[in-house]
Amino acid sequence: MKLRFAPPSIPMLLLFAIASTSAAAELHLTLHDEPKTLDPWLAADESAETIQYLTEGVLIRVNRLTQQPEPELAESWSISKDATRIVFQLRHGVKFPDGSPFTAEDVVRSFERLLDPALHSPVADTFKTDHGSVKLRSDGTHTVIAQFPTPTASMESLFDQVAIVSAKAPQRPYPGLGAFVIGERRPGVSIQLKRNPAYWKRDINGRPLPLVDSIRFDIEQNRDLELLRFRRGEVDMIDKLTPELFDRLASEAPGTAIDAGPTLDSEFLWFNQARRAPVPDATKEWFQSAGFRRAVSLAINRADLCRIVYRSHATPASGPVSPANKLWFKEGLVPEPFDPAAALKLLGADGFRLEGGVLRDQRGNPVQFSIITNAGSKTREQMATMIQQDLAKLGMKISIVTLDFPSLLERITRSLNYEACLLGLVNVDADPSELMNMLLSSASNHPWNPSQKSPETPWEAEIDRLMLAQAATADYHARKKNFDRVQEILHEQTPVIYLLHPNALVAVSRRVTGAKPTASFPHTFWNAERLSAGTKPQGGP
Amino acid sequence: MKTARAAAIALLAVIALIALAPEWWATNRYETQFRATPDAPPSARFPLGTDALGRDRLSRLIYGTRVSFLLAPAAALLSCIAAAALGGLAGLAGGFLDRTIVAAADLFLSLPWLFLLLIVRACLPLNVSPAASVTITFLLLGMLGWAAPARVVRAAVRKLKSSDFVFMARARGCRPWRLLWRQLVPNVAPILLAQFWVSIPIYILTETTLGMLGLGVAEPLPSWGGLLRELEGGYFIAQPYLLAPAILLALVVGSFQLVLAREDFSI
Repeated sequence: MKLRFAPPSIPMLLLFAIASTSAAAELHLTLHDEPKTLDPWLAADESAETIQYLTEGVLIRVNRLTQQPEPELAESWSISKDATRIVFQLRHGVKFPDGSPFTAEDVVRSFERLLDPALHSPVADTFKTDHGSVKLRSDGTHTVIAQFPTPTASMESLFDQVAIVSAKAPQRPYPGLGAFVIGERRPGVSIQLKRNPAYWKRDINGRPLPLVDSIRFDIEQNRDLELLRFRRGEVDMIDKLTPELFDRLASEAPGTAIDAGPTLDSEFLWFNQARRAPVPDATKEWFQSAGFRRAVSLAINRADLCRIVYRSHATPASGPVSPANKLWFKEGLVPEPFDPAAALKLLGADGFRLEGGVLRDQRGNPVQFSIITNAGSKTREQMATMIQQDLAKLGMKISIVTLDFPSLLERITRSLNYEACLLGLVNVDADPSELMNMLLSSASNHPWNPSQKSPETPWEAEIDRLMLAQAATADYHARKKNFDRVQEILHEQTPVIYLLHPNALVAVSRRVTGAKPTASFPHTFWNAERLSAGTKPQGGP
Repeated sequence: MKTARAAAIALLAVIALIALAPEWWATNRYETQFRATPDAPPSARFPLGTDALGRDRLSRLIYGTRVSFLLAPAAALLSCIAAAALGGLAGLAGGFLDRTIVAAADLFLSLPWLFLLLIVRACLPLNVSPAASVTITFLLLGMLGWAAPARVVRAAVRKLKSSDFVFMARARGCRPWRLLWRQLVPNVAPILLAQFWVSIPIYILTETTLGMLGLGVAEPLPSWGGLLRELEGGYFIAQPYLLAPAILLALVVGSFQLVLAREDFSI
């Protein structure tokens, strides 16, 4: 008996047509890890935040393109003059997937659960201060009043993070008010999100949103495989590409690789200045000298870091605020120029001297220290190696130590047993208040000298004062003036040597329409409800 | 088989010669960054091109060979000395000491090496030179790797202890030390040598694994593990010269297996 391929019959062709139509209404994306939780209030990792962003409704959404807050479940809002109270007028006619109506009670109950200390929600911390936490009460079925214990700047942006769930929800996670609901979940393999049939939003032509029927996220840890699958048309968008893979895609499939410009993120180096750190006193003295820190900053070739490590997809940094942050970046602040001669001059003024190619301090100690960074980050390892060579020209001997992330965190937050550290900061919110947990001297994440009982230097005291002052008013100009001064102090004192701001590098298939990649997370699918997926184009992604 | 063995010995000898004096063969220093020419293709100046930071790949491969090729045998030697001492003692003494050493060996064999190395590495002082860090890494590997050869040595010693020629020597009044040096050690030596040869590629591959995870030899010192990380991107189809460290690794590991004749494993 011979086997042969049978020609497709007419019903089979129809089936193919139906299959291809339904497949076209699904977007295929990837997550790099399994979400640690599907509870929207406990989301702390990128995968969980992605699912939360797409499945949950919020009162106000910060538009990732314009950075402006826009009405969502709240139709409108008003903020009191003293910036302590916000009144939301809720949208009428919104329903949960089970058909129950959305009311003020749902908002109040959501916040009660969120702020429950037993939940340990990372989102709740934003609404808590030393003077207490935010209090919410309803006024009728569609008005909610939120009272903050102290004046809070940009308070409306804080509500972008809080998922509103049904007051009648028996347990979490529960179908939310987002554009999608969780469909099929295959642990370790994929998560499918289906369109929320009860979603309230419509497009400009009155069509119900979202435009696609579903989104399938495949769990794909390997970035190379992710790109390969994109090239095959199995994945429609990639939210974060490495510079290396971006350039590769740009050459292989021009038009699909998009550089969305500088992100709000930054890569930086800092020295351990903590007095209690188990570091030799002589080394601590170097690190506590602003002249030494500025000299190191001057000796690092930021342009080379951007050109070589990030393949020109990064911008040299002058401080914590990226030039992409148009509202808060201090105009006129420029990155430290690469100037080893000026660096040596500064070091000379501090008593350092170059002898036989070795830099020595006043007591004759050779200047040598280690830089720690997290293992597995190719870009950080490369940056550390380039900095090592740059500083070798000043006579400094640098050891690079790569550590697994838990060990690194243990050293920089608890034991403080390290000398210098190279890391990055992912900044989601453009508002300066987002940097409070890093810049306040009392903060546990204050990198160079964490958890100070009182500011140990006058300039740190001034930063504390200015940061608290900017957070205590809603007047933009007053806030900007204070925060500009903070940026100036950071530039003068250089407690952190800001290196660069990486660009958002994404991939968008030609079959996706409506994509407008931005520099803020999520870069590609922030407007997922308005994305549509056509058929796969011939000859590429 | 003899030809293959001879070829393997010749290849290892050549690589050892290069590894012993890399400065004779390398055209540039391994750490020098030619920043104007990152990712350069092969040329007369850079026969294997340059890496992402503009460093000469050939020079890094030669210096990396020194690290992996010379320190792996040192680690293997250390583990074999420990194995000879502990395995020999267990085999000769028997009883409680034997049971304790065997239990310790089982414990070491059941430990997840990689995690153990990560823990030990995290506890090491940070401000050590790359050369010191690589020496410490291989020392640790050597100290952790004694268990498997120790079990082999113990089994051999126990077998020899109950053999006829040892029994006859004892019957003729041979003293314990003479018995050890004249009867046992010469018979265990080939087994130890075999264990030594078998261990070398294992240590080379372990360092390679650590290097590929970014936890091996500290920058800027090159090692095969660190060099193999360039293959992660899968560019070797368009840039086959990136495969040079992988080919060298395969040749060396294969050669070590060929050098050891099958009969060397037998007691």
